[in-house]
Amino acid sequence: MKSAVVQLPGLNRDRDMIAALTKISGQAPVTVWQTETELPDVDLIVIPGGFSYGDYLRCGAIAARMPVMQAIKAKAEAGVKVLGVCNGFQILLESGLLPGALMRNASLKFVCREVKLEVANAETDFTRAYEKGQIIRCPVAHHDGNYFADAETLAAIEGNGQVVFRYAQGTNPNGSINDIAGVMNARGNVLGLMPHPENLIEAAHGGSDGRGLFASVLDVIAA
Amino acid sequence: MIKARVTVTLKNGVLDPQGKAIEGALGSLGFDGVGQVRQGKVFDLELATADRVKAEADLKAMCDKLLANTVIENYTIALA
Repeated sequence: MKSAVVQLPGLNRDRDMIAALTKISGQAPVTVWQTETELPDVDLIVIPGGFSYGDYLRCGAIAARMPVMQAIKAKAEAGVKVLGVCNGFQILLESGLLPGALMRNASLKFVCREVKLEVANAETDFTRAYEKGQIIRCPVAHHDGNYFADAETLAAIEGNGQVVFRYAQGTNPNGSINDIAGVMNARGNVLGLMPHPENLIEAAHGGSDGRGLFASVLDVIAA
Repeated sequence: MIKARVTVTLKNGVLDPQGKAIEGALGSLGFDGVGQVRQGKVFDLELATADRVKAEADLKAMCDKLLANTVIENYTIALA
């Protein structure tokens, strides 16, 4: 699987993502700087987590207006898979590639711990290695992960199966509406989620529940 | 040159955890009778034009493209 990891000033989870992609796919991803207007021919583009542009204005707002995002939009329209994790999710929302918005955590506190995730849709290219309703462990680390969408949008994404991950009952760390932890676009090739699956892929991490997300994409690409 | 102020506020119905915390803090300072508090952002901009119609149109585009996230926020534009 050929992949690309986007780099922007202030993102700090790019190395974790590069390590996870390299270990799971056996191929190191190419890195793409924010000013690039052409992207290499890859199967998966990943926007990792961090604090792009210091979270100024709104999380992901400035990053979403960088030239590379136009190139990512074009790739997404062509069907290339795009994954955004944490700040990457915020950037995908701000760029309009995914529906909704992320607000400050209801507790107003930065949350850094492990949560339980329910796989709400296991029929996506990102989750086929899991089973529907499966509960997996996953770390979160964010201040603005409180997902919000208006009633109409919420009904649409719930109805279309675009809610891919939910915080399992009683573990919602941020007040997210309907316990939403990750959503995809209607076409199913763009996914964003707040938790960090790349940080739970091997024994040294204390578990490998996050591996299935990358393994799913790998499986789809190989098919 | 035209000076402008853009005010960005959360839409009705959007939960505002920061506004809630400020509301609680005002109460604990002894300010009784404070109703709902909603927080927002103010941007003061200087535009190198004398054309007020153009300035207003440009500001609207700036709000739609960057200054506000219209999924959750409203904005108002005031020219000085």
